[in-house]
Amino acid sequence: MKSTNPVWKFFVSVKLTVFLLLSLAATSIIGTVIPQNADPEVYFHKFGPFLFRLFDVLDIFDMYHAWWFQLLLLLLVSNIVVCSIDRLSATWKLIFPRNLVFKPARFEKLEKKERFSVKRPPDALEAAYTAFAAKKFGRRQIDKTEKGFVVFAEKWRWTRLGVYIVHLSVILLIVGAIIGSLFGFKGFANIPEGESVDHVRLRDSGRMLPLGFTIRCEDFNISFYDTGAPKEFRSSLTILENDQAVVKKDIIVNDPLRYRGISIFQASYGEMAPEKKPDHDFSTENIQLNFTVKASGMVYKRKVEIGKPVDIPEGHGTFTLMEFNPSAEFRGQNIGAAMFGVLSPLQGEPVEVLLPLHFPNFDKMRRGEVVISVADQEAETFSPAQKDDVRYYTGLEVNKDPGVWVVYSGFIIMIAGCFITFFMSHQQICIEVSRKGDNSDVRVMGIANKNTMGMQRKVEKIAGHLAKLRGNP
Amino acid sequence: MNSSQLLSFVTFAYGFAATFYVAAWVFKKTMPARLARWAAIIGVVVNVAGFILRWKESYDIGYGHAPLSNMYESLVFFALTIGILYLFVETRYKTHIVGAFATPIAFLAMAYASLSPNISDKIQPLIPALKSNWLIAHVVTCFFGYSAFAVAFGVSIMYLIKSRASEKENGLLARLPGLKMLDELTHQMVMFGFLFLSIGIITGAVWANSAWGTYWSWDPKETWSLVTWFVYATLLHARMMRGWYGKKIAYLSIIGFAAVLFTYFGVNYLPGLHSYGSV
Repeated sequence: MKSTNPVWKFFVSVKLTVFLLLSLAATSIIGTVIPQNADPEVYFHKFGPFLFRLFDVLDIFDMYHAWWFQLLLLLLVSNIVVCSIDRLSATWKLIFPRNLVFKPARFEKLEKKERFSVKRPPDALEAAYTAFAAKKFGRRQIDKTEKGFVVFAEKWRWTRLGVYIVHLSVILLIVGAIIGSLFGFKGFANIPEGESVDHVRLRDSGRMLPLGFTIRCEDFNISFYDTGAPKEFRSSLTILENDQAVVKKDIIVNDPLRYRGISIFQASYGEMAPEKKPDHDFSTENIQLNFTVKASGMVYKRKVEIGKPVDIPEGHGTFTLMEFNPSAEFRGQNIGAAMFGVLSPLQGEPVEVLLPLHFPNFDKMRRGEVVISVADQEAETFSPAQKDDVRYYTGLEVNKDPGVWVVYSGFIIMIAGCFITFFMSHQQICIEVSRKGDNSDVRVMGIANKNTMGMQRKVEKIAGHLAKLRGNP
Repeated sequence: MNSSQLLSFVTFAYGFAATFYVAAWVFKKTMPARLARWAAIIGVVVNVAGFILRWKESYDIGYGHAPLSNMYESLVFFALTIGILYLFVETRYKTHIVGAFATPIAFLAMAYASLSPNISDKIQPLIPALKSNWLIAHVVTCFFGYSAFAVAFGVSIMYLIKSRASEKENGLLARLPGLKMLDELTHQMVMFGFLFLSIGIITGAVWANSAWGTYWSWDPKETWSLVTWFVYATLLHARMMRGWYGKKIAYLSIIGFAAVLFTYFGVNYLPGLHSYGSV
């Protein structure tokens, strides 16, 4: 297709291909040096106001999605399409010719020809040579000459299509990627053990997307090697449709769960603050404290109110409740709801006292004369930093990519296309046998559209093999 | 005998092969070439043995994975693929001079693995992300690609040396293979490497999709492998469609190999998902 259209002329150039490939190579490097999609503050701090503004305008901080980078990709695809269409019509005629014609002149032009003589006449060799050519090359033609015969044979004419197959694969990759970005999504969800979600947060927009089903994380487990390196992250997931469990699966890294075209991957995990049940029903109006006096072993129950001091029995001074905290911390650890008060002994300095609702023995750690605890609360054992007690949440990557199969077929086609283009060629061979007295003079010549040296070696081999054929007696 | 001792021997064997290939070229003797070939063959055989033994050792410790999981193991495998590929080239093209430029790269890889203080030869357990059947396919194909580019690099250097002094008759340079053959060999190696790099990137993408849920995330290692792919794609198009050959192709092949080296080593200094490659 010869066209004078300037747009066509622009896109049909291989110079453009070289320019685009090198531009893509060079610009791709930028995003590996400047970390992508980080916090703008980080960039501002690192580059200063001027460079920050400049890079921001050029979308350097998300450059692989920037208009100019996508434009380069689009130009490359147009270039590939136009070049392929432009050349395909000529190649097509070569691959499917109306009638196959061998041109002896093309072989005569070759620099290197293999030559040997056999002590038998051409007639005796013809059948064996023809059979050999048929076996090695398939398509053949035998012409009689004045002094003997010529065998032309060829194979793999279709491999001239290889490069178009590679180009098609690149287009499939791009089309698959576009399908993925138009009709797919990438989201994530953090689910605490025992809880469920039916929405995921989208990575690009931060929007919540309903899934149409529910994912429940039954359990999350992490195991370690004795070196301390992580061995496995495992989430036991259940998929629920209308509160009915439909799928159960343990997922680990490299083994996701796929359901209704949506894939759920183990991506991360974290520890929940070891916060216990929320104490909604707890009222600060009616608080009772237990005062256990060490010396006598007696336990006294007293009603207290915030801000009003109460006397501690057996003459141990007064206690004033200061505040209630639904989520208190002790040495950086969350201990749930707790009271905070001040104990003023008759002698000595007042001390601050922390009274977690669920840990009645907590105040024993203070080693005072009196142990104070909140009365009538469910007791639990306080065990700081016990790994088994840590409640985890699992971090899931939840994606949908309907374009992935287009991309995968592109992958397969690309491998096949590269193999055909690089390692297979359209090979033609010409074996000319001429009578010389009682003997035959044999010339073997071969041409290929690629890898001339490889073809030369092949011709040498064929000649060596033919020289050993004796033919008919 | 453990795998580390076997692999130290491999370093020695490749060093010996490299020295004698150079000697054979410089002194125009066939005896050193024969010694070098045997050293290279023994090096490759012991390299394979060390690789298999290390695999077994990892099962003995209870980790049980192919020795392709960290910098030390990848360098050992890189040296092996260069050794195999070079011996193939020597047999096929019947020239031992290329050995003087290819086996030193295998030697350097092994020496770096054995001697660098930053590289531990301890067998480490596999982190969850690496536990996949794709590990072997991905690493093996990538390294066959890398080693083909390494051989192409060696041949390109030979081309540039030879072409620079072709007019004045110098014994050493005259003994290098002909320019046409060097050019052709570069091209063949680049095509081989390009096919394997493509398969390496593809297996990596399929793996990433099963591990992270996305086949391409512009992680620095991915991006650099793509940069490498672009450079060699340029070389192939320039040669096949614009008829570039000789020096221009040799320079492109050298630039390509620099990109390979950065993909292999340099990326470890950049942040990204492939960080385990640096340990």
